[in-house]
Amino acid sequence: MLHIKCPYCGTRSQNEFAYGGDATIKRPELNKEVSDKEWDTFVYFRKSPRGKHLEFWHHISGCRQWFKVQRDTTTHEIFKTLKPNEDI
Amino acid sequence: MPQDYRLDKIGLINRNKKISFKFNGKSYFGYEGDTLASALIANGVHLVGRSFKYHRPRGFFGAGVDEPYAIVQLYRNNETDPNVRATEQELFEGLEAKSVNCWPSVNFDIGAINNFLNKFFPAGFYYKTFMWPKSFWYKVYEPFIRKAAGFGVASIKHDKERYEHKYEYCDLLITGSGPSGLASAYAAAKNGARVILAEDKPRFGGSLLTSEVNIGNQSGKEWAENIVNELKEMPNVIVRNRAQVFGYYDHNMLVMSERINDHLPKSKKYSPKQRLWYIRAKEVVISSGSIERPLVFGNNDTPGVVLSSAAKEYLKVYGVLVGRNPLIFTNNDSGYETAIEFKKNGIWPIILDTRNNPNSEIVDEAKRMGIDIKFSYVVVAAKGYKKVKSAEIAKISEDKKELGAIENINCDCICVSGFWTPTIHLASQSGNKTKFNEEIDAFVPGKSKQEETTVGSANGIFTLEETLKTSFEAGHQLSKKITKNDNKVSIPKVVEKKLTKHDKFWCVPLPKGKKYKRFLDFQNDVAVTDVELALREGYRSIEHVKRYTTLGMATDQGKTSNLNGLQLVSDVENKIVPSVGHTTFRPPYTPVTIGAIVGREVGKHSKPTRKSPIHSWHEKHNAVFVDAGVWLRPRYYKQGSEGLFEASKREAENVRKNVGVCDVTTLGKIDVKGPDAAEFLNRVYTNAWLKLPIGKARYGVMLREDGIVMDDGTTTRISGNHYHMTTTTAQAANVLSHLEYYLQVIWPELNVNVVSTTEQWSGAAIAGPKSRNVLQKLFPNIDVSNEGLPFMGYVEGDLFGVHARIFRISFSGELAYEVNVESNNGNYMWEKIIEIGKEFSIQPYGTEALSTLRIEMGHVAGSELDGRTIPYDNGLQGLLSKKKDFIGKRSLSRQAFVAEDRQKVVGVVPLDKKTSIPEGSHLVKEEKAKLPNPKLGHVSASCWSVEYNNPFSLAILHDGKNMIGQKLFALSPLKNKSIPVEIVSSHYVDPKGERVRS
Repeated sequence: MLHIKCPYCGTRSQNEFAYGGDATIKRPELNKEVSDKEWDTFVYFRKSPRGKHLEFWHHISGCRQWFKVQRDTTTHEIFKTLKPNEDI
Repeated sequence: MPQDYRLDKIGLINRNKKISFKFNGKSYFGYEGDTLASALIANGVHLVGRSFKYHRPRGFFGAGVDEPYAIVQLYRNNETDPNVRATEQELFEGLEAKSVNCWPSVNFDIGAINNFLNKFFPAGFYYKTFMWPKSFWYKVYEPFIRKAAGFGVASIKHDKERYEHKYEYCDLLITGSGPSGLASAYAAAKNGARVILAEDKPRFGGSLLTSEVNIGNQSGKEWAENIVNELKEMPNVIVRNRAQVFGYYDHNMLVMSERINDHLPKSKKYSPKQRLWYIRAKEVVISSGSIERPLVFGNNDTPGVVLSSAAKEYLKVYGVLVGRNPLIFTNNDSGYETAIEFKKNGIWPIILDTRNNPNSEIVDEAKRMGIDIKFSYVVVAAKGYKKVKSAEIAKISEDKKELGAIENINCDCICVSGFWTPTIHLASQSGNKTKFNEEIDAFVPGKSKQEETTVGSANGIFTLEETLKTSFEAGHQLSKKITKNDNKVSIPKVVEKKLTKHDKFWCVPLPKGKKYKRFLDFQNDVAVTDVELALREGYRSIEHVKRYTTLGMATDQGKTSNLNGLQLVSDVENKIVPSVGHTTFRPPYTPVTIGAIVGREVGKHSKPTRKSPIHSWHEKHNAVFVDAGVWLRPRYYKQGSEGLFEASKREAENVRKNVGVCDVTTLGKIDVKGPDAAEFLNRVYTNAWLKLPIGKARYGVMLREDGIVMDDGTTTRISGNHYHMTTTTAQAANVLSHLEYYLQVIWPELNVNVVSTTEQWSGAAIAGPKSRNVLQKLFPNIDVSNEGLPFMGYVEGDLFGVHARIFRISFSGELAYEVNVESNNGNYMWEKIIEIGKEFSIQPYGTEALSTLRIEMGHVAGSELDGRTIPYDNGLQGLLSKKKDFIGKRSLSRQAFVAEDRQKVVGVVPLDKKTSIPEGSHLVKEEKAKLPNPKLGHVSASCWSVEYNNPFSLAILHDGKNMIGQKLFALSPLKNKSIPVEIVSSHYVDPKGERVRS
């Protein structure tokens, strides 16, 4: 079970959190013309990297904040956790 | 009755307390402190089971966790457990155990014929044999394999025992209480660290219980006792015996199974049988010791062939002799310790040492004691079927390839020692890449991956002095890192015998013309020839060899067999062991009961139960409940002999005719507040929200980004910046996470706050043509006329002293209102509604009637919003704003979503107006078309229309808009039904929606 540092609450066990998907995906802005391909990529295409991955987690049984986690997908090592507006 | 194989004085058992037990129906006795194994051996019982494949007789091989043979079915307190190792099961009064894998009895076992047919059971037998004919699989092969597989039978009764989970945090977790574990625990504890010391056996001390050493002028055993007693007294230390740390998981989370009551006839009151500990440790000290390695020779699985260390443990801990005429077969000094113990107790052993007269302190001692030692000798084969009767021995050449003349030697047990294998399971599980240590011919942990340090013999250190020195140091350094203290304890002086190098020899060659089976894996009957065959057939990777031959795959996970298997592969392949590598160690180290894993989460505790504040009223009025997510909701209220159908029909009819009331507390409720709340709703929902006036509700649909409908519900503008959103019961949690995601991640500039208020409000839906009359009487001071409170209107009022919110919304399609009060007042509100509604013939209705009402109105719900449908499919395309963007809008222009023949919700009526259509039925054009019959759609929800008094269903149908009036068949292979149906509009009742506005 992972030990994840919520940037708001501190380190907690994985069972307080929910995984929230790839955090490198940018949602196209509202009311913007978006090509089929661009939208398709946004909705469906995700990389499945071996190694470092930036992903969202949700502190669902805690402060209910979404935040970013940089994690190694093979070793589960967590390098960094960030607030949603922070970048690596 | 004296015990033939029990010595008088030696041992740690309590001879003052006799314990009687039964094995295979026969009564025996042992003493307090015995294991089932030691007690049986004391009684001269060596035949305990039959092997897995060949049904060869099985005895005891080890004395603990590594035991591959002595697996029994245990009976305790009217319960039974399979797969119990007799070497670990402590004796208790009334214990009963039976042999497994034998029929009709362990002595006469029909399956033993496999042993004589073994030519037909080569490696990969199952893969080769059960391939054809295909039709045999279900009828013949599978039942056969199922019957043959496994050791013992799982109980089919409900397990009445209690199991617990515990979460614990510590600075140092120390796994094993041998010399290395005790030294590191002591050093760390004295340096102020919070320590957990776990020992899987009942007794602490590990090898110190059986070794002849002196630590700080005490015997090893006394030293261990004193250290443990001191640790137990320290407030920063948790000491547990009978506790196996079986798994090393991510981020230094380890799981330990503590057997609390398994050694007692029945569990103590209020005490769990077992407890599973989830331990998050800052540092882990792996002090799991080592397991003696077998030597491989002919018939080395005969009962009476035991590990030399086990023979010593039976002797020194239990005062039990595994034989009175022992033969010790060793390639190292450890075998001599066992021989010397035998000799001290008046038994004359014979030692066969594969080495040529090594220069060693302990060999000299054995010689001095007059023990018969044969150097450069090996056991070629054990003789005897159900117990060793003699051994064929021979001199072996210097290069270990040639055997001399075979001699016969009488013996009743053969104690083998092939040196030691460090127990590296936990280290390996932690991600540590193990490395091969040539010195000891075994793998040891390499560079630490997580916060773990391996000490003592688990790390390949086999002298006590070095073990204590490094373990004290490890305990000190690791604790210093955490506590920043620097209190050192002095390392005691050690007296022990010097060890001489062991011999790398491990497998005795077959004499010419002999075909003895030489076993590597004793539990799964994998012999040398099986591995050789697998290699000849082209298997190269050790992982493949393992799976093909089942080497190391039994419940003992190859604790005694792995390394010899690797040796063989490397010998045959002419490789070195490290390049062969070892198979992956996975948790659990030893089998863990399902009960311990499940813990308290059984029965009604398997998930939380949420009840509305009106729950007890429902109970009192004969409600039959149904699970709605984690909520319990009344499905119907039973009157007299009514069943589900009659009751729900009555309730629904009463709503259509008079008025009904339904507990809607479970609906998800979310407060949306802030200056940008309207803008936020406008982005979340598909329709327009910017101009919703205060005091008005609006129905909304929200999508996922892929255009699929996520949820629907009404949202009401309570005040300027305050909206009250409702969600379906099932989606409430998901919707809240969804909203939080967009607010926190995508549009953080929006000044909006969302919070769940599901539990803060209790709700009642009052529905039916007479609902206004009820409402008027509930709120005499409010104008509830169609003008005063129009459809989708909202007012607040006073319900006999209680603040209430009144929404004019409807799910039933009738004129209806929803009243919300603070949860504490929920039951008060409900009783008032029932009391006042009496004169209008009000009846409560449950979810079944609720479904009926919404289905015949064509209102979509969870069964249509099933995560696969878009707004159009549900007839909700009118709610898609063209003027603004919203979540998922762009996806709706996908080609498939705008296809002309897109699926759509329709109504379905059976032609005979009688036969109910099972939900999930497929709609097809032809009843008896060639399979697979092309499916046009499926029935999503069915009811008995109370308006028309015939069955009615909703379906999601391909090209639904052009199918109205078509005749199709509803096929339900599950219910074996084929029903001719007609497709009609999904709005079966009141298609213009006049009633809700009346």
